[in-house]
Amino acid sequence: MPSRVMARGVEGVFHDLGEFKVEGIVSDISSREETILKNMTVDAIIVDPVIFPHSAQSNARHLISEYTDAAVVAFPSAVLGEEASRQYDAVLNLYDTPADIIHKLRTAVSAPKDGMSAEGSELSSREKDILICVAKGMINKEIADLFNISIHTVISHRRNISRKTGIKTVAGLTVYALLNNLIDASSVE
Amino acid sequence: MKKKNEIKIFSPDMKMADLVEINYRLLTVLARFRFGFGFGEKTVAQVCSEAGVDTDAFILICNMYSYSGYMPTEEALRSADPMTVVEYLHTSHSFYMEDGFSALEQLMDRLVEPCPPDRKRIILDFLEGYRKEVENHFEYEETVFFPYVESVTGGNVSGDYSASKFEENHSNIEEKLSDLKNIVMKYLPAGCAGSLAGDVLYALFSLSEDLQKHTNIENYVLVPMVNRLEAHKEEA
Repeated sequence: MPSRVMARGVEGVFHDLGEFKVEGIVSDISSREETILKNMTVDAIIVDPVIFPHSAQSNARHLISEYTDAAVVAFPSAVLGEEASRQYDAVLNLYDTPADIIHKLRTAVSAPKDGMSAEGSELSSREKDILICVAKGMINKEIADLFNISIHTVISHRRNISRKTGIKTVAGLTVYALLNNLIDASSVE
Repeated sequence: MKKKNEIKIFSPDMKMADLVEINYRLLTVLARFRFGFGFGEKTVAQVCSEAGVDTDAFILICNMYSYSGYMPTEEALRSADPMTVVEYLHTSHSFYMEDGFSALEQLMDRLVEPCPPDRKRIILDFLEGYRKEVENHFEYEETVFFPYVESVTGGNVSGDYSASKFEENHSNIEEKLSDLKNIVMKYLPAGCAGSLAGDVLYALFSLSEDLQKHTNIENYVLVPMVNRLEAHKEEA
């Protein structure tokens, strides 16, 4: 979020109402920031769409989904077109009351992000990393240590992987990874 | 107004032919009880008694097999013969291994036959791994649980095994089958005999449905029956 006033505003609302917490503030999209995004485990990302160049506005949501499974909520500092609004899980407004903001976030976070629709069901690159580890036979603890994330986060990624692919067992996930050329046969056992 | 789709719970005095008319998938159950056809106007009870099959157990299995939400009543569990249920489950095991599974393997072989050898290997290895898992699962039931049920039914108290131990170890064998459905449906490698995929999926879905019912009969019929017998034993 490039506007410090808006970022501080969100922080203030969260602080007052206590339900959510700001884990980090990213002020622009650069490779360094991308890494931060990738390593954060959050329920939602609040983004001011102005950070994306005009040409990327229409698939801004998609760009963020590359890094995270979190709900993506827009908080536009300028007017956001209806078309562009639709891609987000929620759109906050500068004139929303704190209660409105919490309510919108709560809905965005709890909504099943793809349900029966095909959108957003591709594996994110982080999920692919984790899937590869699972296919190679690593246990949750080892994966958590490797990526420096909590076991809880690993489990939540694995749940999302299974939800998206429809595949639950390790043997099944290994088949998926092999068929999609994420690993080759020599790295299994 | 008459409710057309009202669920009909099966009863001993209905005609055997009507039972099949209500749910033709029960033909599988009939085959496992080795009932022959040509039962004319005979009732379920008549056909069962002529074949020496416990009618209550047969009805109970038909209800479990036909209605996914069906939960047997206390009375149904009390009146049905546990060993008839065991016999049915045992015959089902041979059906899965000899018919269901073999048919699936043959279809799968033909499906992946034209695709590159490495891809073919990946899928066939998975299927083979699954077959082993199912074999182990069945073998445990055949060699440990079923003999235990038999001894409890015969009034014998022996050892420290119990139905709750069985429940603890009762693994889910449909999971891999469901994975396989998704692999075939969504990630089938290029070059496969795609025209066969529909047949393979049909086989996968029916096998997994059948296995689900099989598991339900074990968990919601046989286990409660044994629990009851165990409780009796302790009182005595």
